[in-house]
Amino acid sequence: MKLNKVFAGVALSLTTLTFSITTFAQDTIKVGVLHSLSGTMAISETTLKDTVLMMIEEQNKKGGLLGKQLEAVVVDPASDWPLFAEKARELITQEGVSVIFGCWTSVSRKSVLPVIEELNGLLFYPVQYEGEESSKNVFYTGAAPNQQAIPAVDYLMNDLGVERWVLAGTDYVYPRTTNRILEAYLKSKGVAAEDIMINYTPFSHSDWQSIVSEIKTFGSTGKKTGVVSTINGDANVPFYRELGNQGVSAEDIPVVAFSVGEEELSGFDTGPLVGHLAAWNYFQSVDVPENEAFIESWKSFIGDEDRVTNDPMEATYIGFNMWVQAVEKAGTTDTDAVEDAMIGITAPNLTGGVATMNKAHHLSKPVLIGEIQDDGQFEVVWETEGLVDGDAWTDYLEGSRDVIADWTPPIECGNYNTVTKTCSGQNYE
Amino acid sequence: MAGMLPCLNQKSEKVAVRFKTRSAIPATFLAALILLAPPMHAADEVENSPTTAAASETSASPAPEQIDTEAADSAQPAPGASEPTLEARLHDLTQASLAQTPGIVTDLARIGGRDLLPLFEAMLAGELYYDEGSLQLMRIAEDGAGIDQASDILSGEALGPREPRSAGKVRINNRLRTQLRDTIARINLTDGTDAQRRAAARAILNDVNEDSVVLLREAAATEDDAGVRELLTVGIAMRELTVADTDEKRLAAIAALDGRLETPVRNLLTRYRDDPDGQLSEAVQDAADSAVANSDASVEFYRFIEQLFFGLSLGSVLLLAAIGLAVTFGVMGVINMAHGEMLMLGAYSTYVVQQLMPNSVNASVLVSIPVAFVVTALVGMLIQRYVIRYLGGRPLETLLATFGISLILQQAVRTVFSPLNRRVVSPEWLSGSWQYNEVLSLTNNRICILLFSLLVFAILQFILRKTSLGLDVRAVSQNRAMAQAMGIRTERVDALTFGLGSGIAGIAGVALSQLTNVGPNLGQTYIIDSFMVVVFGGVGNLFGTLIAAFSLGTANKFLEPLTGAVLANILILVFIILFIQKRPKGLFPQKGRAAD
Repeated sequence: MKLNKVFAGVALSLTTLTFSITTFAQDTIKVGVLHSLSGTMAISETTLKDTVLMMIEEQNKKGGLLGKQLEAVVVDPASDWPLFAEKARELITQEGVSVIFGCWTSVSRKSVLPVIEELNGLLFYPVQYEGEESSKNVFYTGAAPNQQAIPAVDYLMNDLGVERWVLAGTDYVYPRTTNRILEAYLKSKGVAAEDIMINYTPFSHSDWQSIVSEIKTFGSTGKKTGVVSTINGDANVPFYRELGNQGVSAEDIPVVAFSVGEEELSGFDTGPLVGHLAAWNYFQSVDVPENEAFIESWKSFIGDEDRVTNDPMEATYIGFNMWVQAVEKAGTTDTDAVEDAMIGITAPNLTGGVATMNKAHHLSKPVLIGEIQDDGQFEVVWETEGLVDGDAWTDYLEGSRDVIADWTPPIECGNYNTVTKTCSGQNYE
Repeated sequence: MAGMLPCLNQKSEKVAVRFKTRSAIPATFLAALILLAPPMHAADEVENSPTTAAASETSASPAPEQIDTEAADSAQPAPGASEPTLEARLHDLTQASLAQTPGIVTDLARIGGRDLLPLFEAMLAGELYYDEGSLQLMRIAEDGAGIDQASDILSGEALGPREPRSAGKVRINNRLRTQLRDTIARINLTDGTDAQRRAAARAILNDVNEDSVVLLREAAATEDDAGVRELLTVGIAMRELTVADTDEKRLAAIAALDGRLETPVRNLLTRYRDDPDGQLSEAVQDAADSAVANSDASVEFYRFIEQLFFGLSLGSVLLLAAIGLAVTFGVMGVINMAHGEMLMLGAYSTYVVQQLMPNSVNASVLVSIPVAFVVTALVGMLIQRYVIRYLGGRPLETLLATFGISLILQQAVRTVFSPLNRRVVSPEWLSGSWQYNEVLSLTNNRICILLFSLLVFAILQFILRKTSLGLDVRAVSQNRAMAQAMGIRTERVDALTFGLGSGIAGIAGVALSQLTNVGPNLGQTYIIDSFMVVVFGGVGNLFGTLIAAFSLGTANKFLEPLTGAVLANILILVFIILFIQKRPKGLFPQKGRAAD
């Protein structure tokens, strides 16, 4: 008899539990996380997945959003670009997510773009990229070229007196476009064509001997030489190692990198890199209370005292907070309402300032230049005086100079030509 | 990954048909491999449109601005003020901003001079700290046992162990590093060891001016090392050339600089040859021209040697990556797609060994060689024992199974060690370079790896030619049934051979950990190159692998400056495809019975 009662009790509580789980599940706002957890890009993207999960956990502790709990839906596009599109479709149509945080490489973003526009989804893209794009459905919280590349070149030119330029990059969309912009920019500043050397290498290039030797020769003409590196993640370790071994020091030929952050440095022996530069909108070493709190919660969330933070994490942080505010302002997670609410939203960044979402769906952020230290952190040596507005369409390329993005009425276009007064629709390339 | 599998499936029919004859394996296999290679993303075309021509006309040429001069001024004593004391300036050093520090260093060099050399050196090395309470400056550096020890910066008196985190650090940046190096060079020019004086003289050549030439003259008067004195005289001659006011003086100075390989000298002479200001006589220009031409010949020669070395060095990496495969694929005929992961496991062994003995980086690399061998040999034998054995002689199934194993191993490493790259420190004897002269310097790690690859090759040859295991291996690979009939335990030989091949791959992984990333993707980077080398050299022929590795490496490095790295790789691949079409058995095909 007694046993039966216990059984009945257990059964009852199980039913209520299941019931409460189902009701609970109906009452959540789903947040899609579209970052590679396996394959080549897992090295960078796993961190961003964890960042989103951390932000969701914190938001839920604060009582969720619109009275509902947030629920993360994590999928693994496995560094496979077409799979990004499939997974995005799955997130929107099957899971019914309200927003997606995801993508790292530009190829993956370009692959997701048609899906997200067709299904009217919402994507927050947290990585510095080459620009030349602005979609109604995407918010770009990473740096546009004028928020990273151009200020870095200015620093080399004005502060370090660099006159000869090596533009070294991995052979894909982002370095090609960035270098095209930089080349045009340098020429507009009066740098002669023979003072610019452009070099592309395959992904994961590991034998840098001849290229470093070429850079050395290029830099031995007596004019100060600098390297602007858009070399992608993995290939950087052997590159810097070779620089160190061949005796190229940062004082002789400084290298400023756009893809090397704290996370990448944690896999390096930073000895040979000391003094080389990186340009970002955020460094872990920036000493402000917001950043300290963020680093603290990140370390405790991930359970590892040695984990570092980096710029795309800050971009994710800003993007997430902006989305939360926009949803609260709109009172709904409906894509169009949130999109309208997003423009003009401000959120604190982690370097002691405030980021604003502008009409082109890009952020206004400060630009920092840091020197690599032997502990794998950056010492900020230069920063822009104010905030720099993200410019989706660069002013230094023919064809893109007259184009602007403005998602507010009356223009409402990501590709508006100010000369012909036409919107060429969603044709980005 | 999912993207790759379909293409394997589509291809599998064709592959199966072609696998009928053994000789066709390499060619077909290569084709399959190329299909497997990660898709190369068509980068958008870059048009070099002359759009900026108009823009460049309007803009003035950039003038480097000295941004922080005002900041530096504030650290400088006001004119007329009394000279600051050493103590005061040392005190300032702990409180200064990065922009103020250069002024303080200048003062310190003037007041303290050579007494402060340890301070400048510690500062340059990033080892200069100060106590946040007493502001006492100290050097904190690791001692032999890896414990951070503090010592007073001026007296050198030991202050006991101290965590760098507990002290304030005197921060430096590139501008300061340059300044410190110059300061140290000036001090060392008269007082340092031979090597220091030489380095100091070289550093000053980059910036010979009114002040530094005084130093050079002083040093030359007392210098007794012939090599250093030569550098000093070159520096003086450079100064004489720039200040010369008559052609005779100019010609004499140019004669003194004739044929020198030092970059600053060559730059200076080139300027006199080209004569941008148009004020020099023809005689001077001609003299400069022939002086530059004299050095050009040597420079060309040494550049060629350097390029050859680059090629051989790339070849040695290819050899290391491929040689284990030459055993498993070449000798045993097993298509082992998990070979790259054996390299990866070897590299991770280095990492683990280094974590276990953090205080002896130098020894850890040597220790990890046997460790990596044992670990990967065991993994290899497990794979052979539990997977490959059951697929005996079915190449396609083996290929798919080992490909699956490679994915499993990669993900296992991601789970155990995290997807992030691991940090492997290079020991000192593998860093830096060996400077033969001004133009030619060869990096130590590449020299060591070149020698190491030849050593591994020699040992492998020895095992296969001179030991009983080698005899068994060759017997089994030539005729399994007959070998079995003669009493050879073929199963055991298979396991040992596979273990040997995998173990050697592990050793190669140790070498690769010194060159590239230690991460889950390490293996994928090398698997295609490895198969390429083995197939090109001739399956089953170790010497073929050696020749193939070095010739592909050299060809790649000589193509690279002409075509760029991307196109060089493509050209090499195209060449191999054409070559395999013509000679499907590679460079050195096996002859006789072994070939069937």
